Amino acid sequence: MTKITKDEVKHVAHLARLNIDEQEAEKFAEQLGSIITFAEQLNELDTENVEPTTHVLDMKNILRDDKPVDGLPREQVLKNAPDHQDGQVKVPTILE
Amino acid sequence: MSLFDHKLADLHDLLHKKEITIADLVRESYKRIEEVDGKVQAFLTLDEERALARAEELQQKLGSDEGLLFGMPIGVKDNIVTKELRTTAASKILGNFDPIYNATVADKLHSADAITIGKLNMDEFAMGSSTENSHFAKTKNPWNLETVPGGSSGGSAAAVAAGEVPFSLGSDTGGSIRQPASFCGVVGLKPTYGRVSRFGLIAFASSLDQIGPITTNVEDNAYLLEAIAGLDPNDSTSANVNVPNYRSALTGDIKGLKVAVPKEYLGDGVSEEVRQSVREALKVLEGLGATIDEVSLPHSKYGVATYYLLSSSEASANLARFDGIRYGYRADNAENLIDLYKKTRAEGFGDEVKRRIMLGTYALSSGYYDAYYKKAQKVRTLIKQDFEKVFEDYDVIVGPTTPTPAFKIGEQIDDPLTMYANDILTIPVNLAGVPGISVPAGLSEIGLPLGLQIIGKHFDESTVYRVAHAYEQAANHNMKPEL
Repeated sequence: MTKITKDEVKHVAHLARLNIDEQEAEKFAEQLGSIITFAEQLNELDTENVEPTTHVLDMKNILRDDKPVDGLPREQVLKNAPDHQDGQVKVPTILE
Repeated sequence: MSLFDHKLADLHDLLHKKEITIADLVRESYKRIEEVDGKVQAFLTLDEERALARAEELQQKLGSDEGLLFGMPIGVKDNIVTKELRTTAASKILGNFDPIYNATVADKLHSADAITIGKLNMDEFAMGSSTENSHFAKTKNPWNLETVPGGSSGGSAAAVAAGEVPFSLGSDTGGSIRQPASFCGVVGLKPTYGRVSRFGLIAFASSLDQIGPITTNVEDNAYLLEAIAGLDPNDSTSANVNVPNYRSALTGDIKGLKVAVPKEYLGDGVSEEVRQSVREALKVLEGLGATIDEVSLPHSKYGVATYYLLSSSEASANLARFDGIRYGYRADNAENLIDLYKKTRAEGFGDEVKRRIMLGTYALSSGYYDAYYKKAQKVRTLIKQDFEKVFEDYDVIVGPTTPTPAFKIGEQIDDPLTMYANDILTIPVNLAGVPGISVPAGLSEIGLPLGLQIIGKHFDESTVYRVAHAYEQAANHNMKPEL
């Protein structure tokens, strides 16, 4: 069984921008450990000479015409923003 | 008898003969919702006022040759964005989200003059197999209110089964249309990847997600797919492949058709009553002149592991956009920007979503990328090749949709791996990108629906529909729950 430590879970949670407490870290460590262990059954397969599949259909470089189009009206864009002021999205301090 | 016991083509005739009005159809929907949705809890948001106004408006326009969906009521899964109609993906983080545009499929329904009744419950961000992961409500299976409707499109399947709407749209990433269709005794199709535009579908795993129709019968399903399919400049993964007239495929004739049955789909993990229902279905197909052979999809058993690595990795990237800045929920009392992200996401996402974001983040993180993500992409190739090989010699692949009928609410929710195993027979279809349908195949011993899965070649939904329709007509299960 692949062990995932609480510290690893906390690190991953930080990367994923999720706050978690001690209790959650413990629970997720156990659950993620068993999921990863389950996933390791893929190592039974020799995939040395197998190409990875990122997309099932054979298409590439789908481009649109390079023509300017109107953007969305500002009030529409801000309609769902939790906080805004003077036509701008408002966020907490970025620079300390 | 409900108006929705009629199939779409008959409702269309009744409208044109002026025996019913569009308002009758829309009211039928809301009346049934009023009667049973307190128990079933399929809907998250209703749009009654606008739907009735639209019914009046369309009634004035009713001519002699309207399209088939003209005036028809439909339910839409809540991860498909609908302009000015709250769209939540069943997540707290989008609890008040009021979209400023329509998904392409919503636009297409609107252009076809269908009427949106409301938005349907689901597992949060389509992550789950029981609809228990919704932040807002637990949808019940209309066949037995103590069992789950399946998921993630549980609301879409339950609403159709309960007669609240005659048709709905769901989405399917690893079985999320077919499994709930099977559990609720209705017809659900996952189209070929690229067949239906994903523009405006709140992304879970972009290389696997597809929108598809859920209906009470195969013919209606074919009509609905035709209305939503096709190339879309707003989705670069939508395919430039002609959309045929699917209805013309419903001939009832499958003489000489070659059916493959994968031995892995009738193995130990599949319950005996499910296997028995498939054997009976195969006899029906044989009786109609199809030939049946056993084949192997040798990498099927690796599907679930492959799927959870790939879909969670894609989800971890797709769900990064939910950060409390431009839309959705925002946590209070953040000290700085990073703290705002972390609090917002911790408070806004449910446990299953967090689990998958972390699994995906782990699988993509430096040092693990090759071992997990890339490995899974390679196994995906092997799974896809399994299907290609069988389809060299066969027209369709047939098996069960799920290993068991619907399970009890609460039974699997604390055990992610057991829950994931529900999708063992549907996941490989998404990984290969081929189309698959679930059609009702009778009832279990305790009276829960069973489903037959029919899988076709890329962009060959026509043959899938032809077989599903021939089976449906010959088997004549005619299933409807008592509510």
